[in-house]
Amino acid sequence: MTARTTKARVGVLALQGDFREHLEVLRALGATGSLVRRPEHLDLIDALVIPGGESTTIGKLAFQYGIIPKLRERAASGMPVWGTCAGAIFIARRVPGHPHPIADLMDVTVVRNAFGRQQESFELDLAIPSLGAVPFPGVFIRSPTITALGPNVVAMSSLPDGTVIAAREGRLLATSFHPELTRDLRFHEYFLGIPRD
Amino acid sequence: MPSRPAPTRVLAQPVTGTWLVKAGHAKMLRGGVIMDVINAEQAKIAEDAGACAVMALERVPSDIRTAGGVARMSDPEMIIGIMKAVTIPVMAKCRIGHFAEAQVLQALGVDYIDESEVLTPADERYHVEKGTFTVPFVCGARELGEALRRIAEGAAMMRSKGEAGTGNIVEAVRHIRAITDGIRALAALDAKGLAKAAKEYRVPLALVRQVAKDQKLPVVLFCAGGIATPADASLMMQLGAEGNFVGSGIFKSSDPARRAKAIVEATTHFMDAKLVASVSTGLGEAMRGIALEAIPAGERLAARGW
Repeated sequence: MTARTTKARVGVLALQGDFREHLEVLRALGATGSLVRRPEHLDLIDALVIPGGESTTIGKLAFQYGIIPKLRERAASGMPVWGTCAGAIFIARRVPGHPHPIADLMDVTVVRNAFGRQQESFELDLAIPSLGAVPFPGVFIRSPTITALGPNVVAMSSLPDGTVIAAREGRLLATSFHPELTRDLRFHEYFLGIPRD
Repeated sequence: MPSRPAPTRVLAQPVTGTWLVKAGHAKMLRGGVIMDVINAEQAKIAEDAGACAVMALERVPSDIRTAGGVARMSDPEMIIGIMKAVTIPVMAKCRIGHFAEAQVLQALGVDYIDESEVLTPADERYHVEKGTFTVPFVCGARELGEALRRIAEGAAMMRSKGEAGTGNIVEAVRHIRAITDGIRALAALDAKGLAKAAKEYRVPLALVRQVAKDQKLPVVLFCAGGIATPADASLMMQLGAEGNFVGSGIFKSSDPARRAKAIVEATTHFMDAKLVASVSTGLGEAMRGIALEAIPAGERLAARGW
């Protein structure tokens, strides 16, 4: 682990969802993890993870408590942001039919519940070249998929049928699945490796 | 079963219904509020208020209480109507031990099944063998042993039983305290004591050892039964619940949309008393409520199941 990752102050948006799992992984990797529930908490961090959860709940509460404008400002000035599942929906620019506000950070279209309902939730090992040759354990729970990528967005992983399930645009990351529910820390390590100001 | 996973396995094809996706879904609900709704209109109100899921049922517990008779699984038409109306997860209840109702709910495609004491139990000896289903289950418990028995049967999420339909939080407090106290008590036990506890609880020793070591259940624990106000929601979160089910408390109040929203906010910001005060202000009348002593022992729902 580099000195840089050790000192990272990483926030996890803690309005609803599996924020504790993210926090535990980040702390295991030596980052200073903190929970973000108010706009002013964003002042104390250098990077932010938006966890899995219910995107409508997260979007509504984030909007109501004024987190979205501050987050947009921080992301525009280069703060790394990673959204997993509901988090990917929250940071997307376009989400068809979403009933609550989203942060509109990343130039992607994300489709909710793209594989179906809970009974269609699944595990599958994934090829993610940026993380090396060893397959990554993919946990998909009522997961979204990334259906359209802007010109600066790079697909990091796709299913055999071409469906994009992980993407990066500069310092922004979106994943359909939940690395925080597995014992594989590589995706969190990768996020901590993104340069911070 | 809770202990997971075999790290060397390779999943070249998608596998559904794994423990990780079942118990993982409950983790996604954490910090949220799951609301009882009886039609599509209420489901929309719940979704707009920020509910993380809804429980579709024909009658809320307070009406089940008033109506008496046998309470069964809801009409599939009504459940499907709610599934079509909202994008958030939809749960539905089956009777304790009624695995055929559970099969029907799974066939309908609900996201979670609540094997619930609020309905009239169907089997006096066995709960549903939940591990064999693709759909995950949530179950109620009054104390640690009961919670562990349900988890050993495959429940992927737990909740307190409380005393549903009363608007009275006292039973939920008792149950959440009994569960968390039970977990703490395990920490003090040696190997022999843990074996004795497993025998007493009638669950596998490995499960008791895991809970003693982790000092928490291997699944998410919500509060259910009696929440009527934002302060109730905050109380239960501070006592160790990871989220709240609200049944009659919302749609039996004078301003359901506003109360629903207030309870969602109080659940997220449960440590922020100023915020809980602010969302509690001018909410209108809460549901009427029933003192526990006023309910004959034979009519207490929490006593159902074992």
